[in-house]
Amino acid sequence: MIYFDNSATTKPYKEVVDSFVKVSTDFFGNPSSLHRIGGEADKLLIKARKQIADLLHIKANEIIFTSGGTESNNLAVKGAALMYKNRGKHIITTEIEHASVRETFEQLEELGFDVTYLPVDEEGRINVADMEKAISQHTILVSVMHVNNEVGTIQPIEEIGRLLKNYPKILFHVDHVQGVGKVPLDLNLVDLCSFSAHKFHGLKGTGFLYIREGIQISPLLTGGGQERKYRSGTENVAGFVALAKALRMTLENEKKSLQNIVKTKETVIKGIQEIEEITIHTPAQGSAPHIINFSIKGFKAEVFLHALEEKGIYVSTTSACSSKKHATSSTLLSMGVPEDIAKSALRISLSYENTMEEALFVVKTIKETVNKLKEVMN
Amino acid sequence: MERIYVDHAATAPMHPKVIETMTKVMAEQFGNPSSIHAFGREARHLVDEARAQLAKSIGASPNEIIITSGGTEADNYALTGVAEANKEKGKHIITTVIEHHAVLHTCQQLEKRGFEVTYLPVDEQGKVSISDVQKALRDDTILVSIMYGNNEVGSLQPIQEIGEMLREHPAVFHTDAVQAYGLMNIDVKELNVDLLSVSAHKINGPKGIGFLYVKKDVKLAPILFGGEQERKRRAGTESVVSIAGFQEAVKVAQEEREEKVKQYREFKEILVNDLKEAQIDFSINGSLENSLPHVLNLSFPGTDVEAMLVNLDLAGIAASSGSACTAGSIDPSHVLVAMFGEKSEKLRNSIRFSFGLYNTTKQIHRVAESVAAIVKRITNR
Ligand SMILES: Cc1ncc(COP(=O)(O)O)c(C=O)c1O
Ligand SMILES: Cc1ncc(COP(=O)(O)O)c(C=O)c1O
Repeated sequence: MIYFDNSATTKPYKEVVDSFVKVSTDFFGNPSSLHRIGGEADKLLIKARKQIADLLHIKANEIIFTSGGTESNNLAVKGAALMYKNRGKHIITTEIEHASVRETFEQLEELGFDVTYLPVDEEGRINVADMEKAISQHTILVSVMHVNNEVGTIQPIEEIGRLLKNYPKILFHVDHVQGVGKVPLDLNLVDLCSFSAHKFHGLKGTGFLYIREGIQISPLLTGGGQERKYRSGTENVAGFVALAKALRMTLENEKKSLQNIVKTKETVIKGIQEIEEITIHTPAQGSAPHIINFSIKGFKAEVFLHALEEKGIYVSTTSACSSKKHATSSTLLSMGVPEDIAKSALRISLSYENTMEEALFVVKTIKETVNKLKEVMN
Repeated sequence: MERIYVDHAATAPMHPKVIETMTKVMAEQFGNPSSIHAFGREARHLVDEARAQLAKSIGASPNEIIITSGGTEADNYALTGVAEANKEKGKHIITTVIEHHAVLHTCQQLEKRGFEVTYLPVDEQGKVSISDVQKALRDDTILVSIMYGNNEVGSLQPIQEIGEMLREHPAVFHTDAVQAYGLMNIDVKELNVDLLSVSAHKINGPKGIGFLYVKKDVKLAPILFGGEQERKRRAGTESVVSIAGFQEAVKVAQEEREEKVKQYREFKEILVNDLKEAQIDFSINGSLENSLPHVLNLSFPGTDVEAMLVNLDLAGIAASSGSACTAGSIDPSHVLVAMFGEKSEKLRNSIRFSFGLYNTTKQIHRVAESVAAIVKRITNR
């Protein structure tokens, strides 16, 4: 069994599972309760928050725990836009964002905001000059993802961050969900940044939003006033302790696991490049180490996916979230990939657990499968 | 010293079977339910099974269950979802003054956005009157939100009667059943509710997971946008492990429901009787009968809530002033204000005891004993 779908979700570290179980068993209190049992839960939450802050070189009060990447993105984009709508109603994003950003922008459009969707080049990257041109005196928010979840292209976040330093009224949100542990990001350059634990070996349904000190956004969920009123709801203490553990392990092992992931990726790319029918969409330079997106001309992605699955290899068509509607990858279309090629795109995504042997086996199996399916079709 | 937890309405310990289920799922199933390969399909299957069980527990069908990140999100979604989807039809909302803040603060947000909210009062027992609901109803009322059982004093609201009355009115009917679910026998068809909120951590499940029942054909404008999860009504990768834990908690709760109701009612009687026997001056906030089985809110004249809680905590007893969610501070309870007025001494001398897993008769006697000793000390008797 070879799991090559780590952008869809990752397997939690054993230590993450252990700490979830330990906290659930021994510290079940509600952090808002004033008694000792509540106090113990609150302490754990404070410790988890501090741990994350130290790892990311930010302050503990800049972390708002959420139910995952989707909520973080919705909260950041909508929360910022609604908070500052009196300053202006122009907001900027890209054509290749994750659905949780894109659809939030679409909703804001319905609410009367004016949205610029920046195009990307054939490598899936926006041009900062385009951004500069799009900015007007009414612009209040820019949201650009760090690592694209479908093709792995890294966006020029630093450059954008530096550009936006000249526009103190514009907030800069970055969806860093796919970048964590794979491509370092300097949070000094951004105002709002989304994280999701299940993409770095934590648990699904947990995540957080970094909100730079001094910035306010309007909340999506109101109630008990938890998370400094930015996010009401009884805190998932065990889940957030597990998240802190997952982040620590991921970042501590980053160097070592990246060496491994990079080599694995190179092996796969080198192997499948030789196959005539294959076009690789992930750019050779400036892409995340763990994602390879490619098309096999003449084959339907789903057919190929299931053929690989029969050999115990698990990959995905496009992003997990949109794979159900069998839609063609909008990222690939934005990159100018013809529709028939985009329809046959597969994504391989790696983790620290994948090995060179697996990579070689996958390459071999892809070659064999192409040949076999070709025979069947002829 | 044995620690006694009588604050189960704030949150409840996870049932060992729930932890066991979750541990197993964490170790064996990590797929993303949206993935089309076997890992994904297996995860999807877990979510589907859980959904079926959640639905069955309230007499709903699986398509009517939207899994959320907890009770707060379910309440927020119910209110803003209905308001946004129906704002062309009307802008009037009816609720009560004793709702949880997840409802009240959301109503306040809606008021800022141009909706008009009627906050119905309650009587001294913490109960809303059906005729008040009737009187407040207007042609442009789009939503009525009334909690099933109050989290601070336990008062049960006449949900079924209101549901009956609303058959004649197009307004959507929501009830926050976060405290009632698991102990009360809830059937959404009998109650005639359109929306109902539940949170797992109040029934010995994990924190950060809950659901909103949405009757077929009721339209809601989503809060979270993105992937196509929950049939496009709630985006975000499913919290598979917590969902499986939630299912297990529901299973256990249903098996033990009747037994627990009986036991908690007994606990109430024990506490009340022991305190009477010790000749402690106290009164019950709310009614002993028409209330959630696990919640008992008592007022002790001449005491002070903070001193009481500190002393109880030192004695190893975890109780509370009311809601845990008034994060960190003891503000006067809006529920007690509604029942007794702003000047009542009860605002400063009331304690909520709430029962649950692992509580025993012996523990409740000990709670009574400690409470009696502390009250005597504080009131110098
Ligand atoms: C880039 C990106 N942003 C956001 C998300 C959403 O995160 P979550 O699955 O925690 O809702 C994902 C993954 O689905 C993603 O890949
Ligand atoms: C009546 C009631 N509604 C809603 C909630 C909020 O639920 P959650 O803690 O899951 O956010 C609570 C508990 O805090 C509650 O008691």
